[in-house]
Amino acid sequence: MSLVSYRDAVRSALRDEMLRDQRVILMGEDITGYGGSYAVTKGLVEEFGPKRVMETPIAEAGIVGFAVGAAMGGLIPVAELMTVNFALLALDQIVNSAAKCHYMFGGQWSVPLVVRTVSGFGQLGPTHSQTFEGWFASVPGLKVVMPATPADARGLLLAAIRDPDPVIFIEHSLLYSTKGELPEGEAADEEVPIGSAKVVRAGTDVTLVAYSRMLLQALQAAEELERSDGVSCEVVDLRTLRPVDYPTVVESVRRTHQLVLCGEDWRTGGFGASLLSELSDRCFDDLDAPIQRVASPDVPMAYSRQLERSLIPTSDEVVEVVRRLN
Amino acid sequence: MDGVETILGADPEAMVSQLLELGRDLCLRLFEGMAGLRAFDDRAVILQRQGRIGTYPTFYGEEAVQTASVVALEERDWLFPTYRQTAVVTLRGCPPLVPLLMWRGHPGGWHDVMRYRVAPVCVPVATNLPHAVGAAWGARLRSADWVALGYAGDGATSAGDFHEACNLAAVTGSPVIFLVNNNQWAISTPLRRQTRVQRLAEKAAAYGMPGLRVDAFDVFACHRVLRRAAELARSGGGPTLVEAVGYRLGPHGTADEPALYRSPAADRLWAPMEPLGRAQLGLVSAGLADAGELAEIRGRASARLLAAAEELERSPRVTLEEIADTVHLSTPWDLSPDHLREPSWAAAGE
Ligand SMILES: Cc1ncc(C[n+]2csc(CCOP(=O)(O)OP(=O)(O)O)c2C)c(N)n1
Ligand SMILES: [Mg+2]
Repeated sequence: MSLVSYRDAVRSALRDEMLRDQRVILMGEDITGYGGSYAVTKGLVEEFGPKRVMETPIAEAGIVGFAVGAAMGGLIPVAELMTVNFALLALDQIVNSAAKCHYMFGGQWSVPLVVRTVSGFGQLGPTHSQTFEGWFASVPGLKVVMPATPADARGLLLAAIRDPDPVIFIEHSLLYSTKGELPEGEAADEEVPIGSAKVVRAGTDVTLVAYSRMLLQALQAAEELERSDGVSCEVVDLRTLRPVDYPTVVESVRRTHQLVLCGEDWRTGGFGASLLSELSDRCFDDLDAPIQRVASPDVPMAYSRQLERSLIPTSDEVVEVVRRLN
Repeated sequence: MDGVETILGADPEAMVSQLLELGRDLCLRLFEGMAGLRAFDDRAVILQRQGRIGTYPTFYGEEAVQTASVVALEERDWLFPTYRQTAVVTLRGCPPLVPLLMWRGHPGGWHDVMRYRVAPVCVPVATNLPHAVGAAWGARLRSADWVALGYAGDGATSAGDFHEACNLAAVTGSPVIFLVNNNQWAISTPLRRQTRVQRLAEKAAAYGMPGLRVDAFDVFACHRVLRRAAELARSGGGPTLVEAVGYRLGPHGTADEPALYRSPAADRLWAPMEPLGRAQLGLVSAGLADAGELAEIRGRASARLLAAAEELERSPRVTLEEIADTVHLSTPWDLSPDHLREPSWAAAGE
């Protein structure tokens, strides 16, 4: 098996679904000449032409609104928003249109569309380094996925495009160059089901729940804790934020009795806050200590490189939180 | 170019007489402004390459439009910049060290907004334009005679906020100028994919305001057109859309590679329009300045930026407390340094 980058894994899912289903179209800013701001769609306009790989004007609300209409018109649009920060300009279309079509018209039809967007940071400043998955995950009518590995990026994108409902698919700018194996042969066409978490490292003492970039940080922390402290961490990759696969997490906590939730978003109102409330209900009798969170402090992201480093949650912080528990 | 006002592009006699009409003082002031911006831009690109500041959107080639936008307006007028006009504040007397510090993410980079009347930079495109309209409306309500100018790119005219701002300005009669810098590109997207209207000034008609077109590489023509728009706004005539027609001579920013999406031949064809060289040619041929004194102006500007870069090196490190302290005017308890450092359960005495 060869190693494939996260970026290429996303592209392979887009390409294969476009080959398989004529209704799938891509749209977004700079997605042809540039292949998108993170070069994910590079080469696709050459293969599928500008009607199916549409470069749009800078108009985020229009892009998502167009996608909603295109889905009504029988297409399966995959809209790219350069980064999740620009999704703010499209929030009304996402929340009031995409997420509501099915509900407000008696379930006659839904809008099968995917909004692909990117979370992350790296000296991009306070308006371009935000983490909003919790907001989307709070909206009934949306499905929200956030893959951490190339294989999951591919498998979940296949599932998202084939899903009959709107799916928010959030990539991470710092994961694009990471590499991993993709399933081959028949398995290559298999979806990773939306709503399924995965135990990626078995352990006995503490459960670490993470997704997207924080999964890599949690795994690194688990190694460090095993080596230095003899603490055995079980690591669960949530993969989908709505709907959450609670049973997988609860089962893990039954074995470890301690739980740490790892996210990049703000502590107040971040996705971890809602996860914590639900899991404290579901795991109360199995827990030996209060559930802990790793999150960003409640300040806008700094543009200064040195300060940005101190604000972004890392494996060191995960290690520290686990040490305080034990 | 079609309906595009120009002085440096006019026939030689017309050019000379129009420059003489502007007068040597104003012409040199405009040249000096451009020299200051060019020196800033050159230095900032070097600092970025050295890893001393973050990704930087160069404005090489836009010195004429930007300088004219400051000089044609009065000091009391408000400017609403985007990521590409971070140095215009230096033309209002702010030391260049300040915007350099901003690009380093240092609190020293927050220029004094009220003193210079230059608003904070907006990066999501067109989101600054409604601010300009609101500020202009503030002038009306307070019977002040200042006007506001909002910068936008050609790409920004596709954004919803552009439409809403233009419509609000026209319907309220607010004294505002929309300065659309049409450099033909929005990152890798050419104008023809952005809009079917190739003359962006035509969009003004849909809102019921005048639309003017001007040569973006001609600081003198830009000054004249913007002056006209400002006078109209100041005298109660409402908003104007000014389209500066040019070309993005450089990359989108330091992380961009234009050869991936546009023809180097087009770049070469446009290169001679570079506005400082062009202004110099005009001034020297009109006998308004000699090459030596213009070179001196540019030399002084470069030296000033070199000194600013040296000072940048000496700026102290930033602390988390400084950042937390600036989130609100009156800082609530949950942003106190102690609270930020400790998780809540530890602070609660677990
Ligand atoms: C609302 C929004 N969407 C996307 C972006 C990403 N982006 C940054 S600059 C840019 C191109 C803007 O082009 P234009 O308005 O022509 O200005 P120029 O960069 O040419 O000065 C884009 C799409 C953004 N800043 N804001
Ligand atoms: Mg442009």
